[in-house]
Amino acid sequence: MSDVTRAEYCAIAIADCFADDGEIMGSPMGLLPTLGARLAKSTSNPLLMITDGEARILQGAPPLGTSNDVVEGWMPFRLVLEAVVPFGKRHVMMGATQIDREGNQNISAIGPWAQPKRQLLGVRGAPGNTVNNKTSYWVPKHSSRVFVEQVDIVSGVGRNRAEAGRACADGMYPQMGDVRTRPIPDPDGTPFR
Amino acid sequence: MSMPSKEMTAEQVIEQIEDGMTVGIGGWGSRRKPMALVRAILRSNLKDLTLISYAGPDAGLLLDAGKVREIVYPFATLDSIPLEPLFSRARQDKTAKFREWDEGMFQTGLRAAASRVPFLPMRAGLGSAVMENDPTLKTVTSPYDDGETLLAVPALELDVALVHMNRADKYGNAQYLGPDPYFDDLFCMAAKKAFVSTEQIMDTAGMLLDAPIQSMLLNRTMVAGVVETPNGAHFTTCTPTYERDEKFQKAYATAAKTPEDWAAFQARFLSGSETDYQDAVQAFAQEAN
Repeated sequence: MSDVTRAEYCAIAIADCFADDGEIMGSPMGLLPTLGARLAKSTSNPLLMITDGEARILQGAPPLGTSNDVVEGWMPFRLVLEAVVPFGKRHVMMGATQIDREGNQNISAIGPWAQPKRQLLGVRGAPGNTVNNKTSYWVPKHSSRVFVEQVDIVSGVGRNRAEAGRACADGMYPQMGDVRTRPIPDPDGTPFR
Repeated sequence: MSMPSKEMTAEQVIEQIEDGMTVGIGGWGSRRKPMALVRAILRSNLKDLTLISYAGPDAGLLLDAGKVREIVYPFATLDSIPLEPLFSRARQDKTAKFREWDEGMFQTGLRAAASRVPFLPMRAGLGSAVMENDPTLKTVTSPYDDGETLLAVPALELDVALVHMNRADKYGNAQYLGPDPYFDDLFCMAAKKAFVSTEQIMDTAGMLLDAPIQSMLLNRTMVAGVVETPNGAHFTTCTPTYERDEKFQKAYATAAKTPEDWAAFQARFLSGSETDYQDAVQAFAQEAN
């Protein structure tokens, strides 16, 4: 048995997603994506820019659960939404309650829009993220309730819908629905599904 | 000529709001929400409001109290607790009309209103369920050579904006001291009338003694009234004056799960005046410790 835990494998796999991004903003959503992005900043991509999850840009990559670090800049929500996302100099890693093979993602609600069975977060910034900046998904729960044929409420836009939605052939949709599915090695050597 | 004071009470703010009006509430999720003004709406007879909010407990409480006919929002969250329980219940019980927008669309809608244009174009929302679930949304074709189709985000015109600031003077100049202004200045400029609740009303000259000029988010031309409401963002953040009351928020979210517990929570915290609320919060804090 290896000394490397499954969570560590996952953090490394996530860090790999940010390795080739260069000097852009990394926006990891959730615990392991945050760990992975900070790992990338500490190793493969020191140029990556990260925040404390609020308005402070952190110069270093402090341990998970802390944000004590040199603040190298200011990144209020308004700047993220009106310039960083639309310009595309950002890589977001979101979660997904449902996701389909085209990369359509749902974090809004489960069930029909008019009266959902279960309200979730709402679409948040997913529609804008997916048609503007590089988007990856961290989906640890591998079940058929998560990986579905069709998501209930398309929050993050997948390739098919993004392409259908654009009017001109060379419209600018830089990197959308970058769905990374990769087998995660189990520490005991058994395949992880 | 001396400038008139715009200081007023929360009740006087409520008198400026009418049934059916569109009310924008500043802050973000469970951060720097004008909760004392929200509680004043809860105590009022107001109804049929259209609520515009980066939604947190403001939206949950107003929906639960039956004050809201329609809401435009990009999410509803308590931040440290992912879902807003009262909002979720209202959504699942379909007690209002829900228009769920992308976060950037929402800002763009406020910018359009603040700029007095009917819409502003953007890409966010295209291809997503946002356009299918809000049939009022339309696209626009670029008149330039690119001919691109963009979402025409309609202006979010507000009758009234309610925001909470760390400090203000009595003339309506107001200051935030936390890390993020959120969109509070846009809310005020998108509204016919904006009202500011604040931790402290102080002399104008005092505000910049210990803070940079960029902290002066609102100027008096944007503001119709100022209310001093100490601890008025409770239980949301008002950094650095105070952080979120996590223990209280957890009690709120837990109570909201069952009608019995919620009734007890309302009886204890939400059945009296703002002073009663703050007293009950203090008593709760002492218990919790």
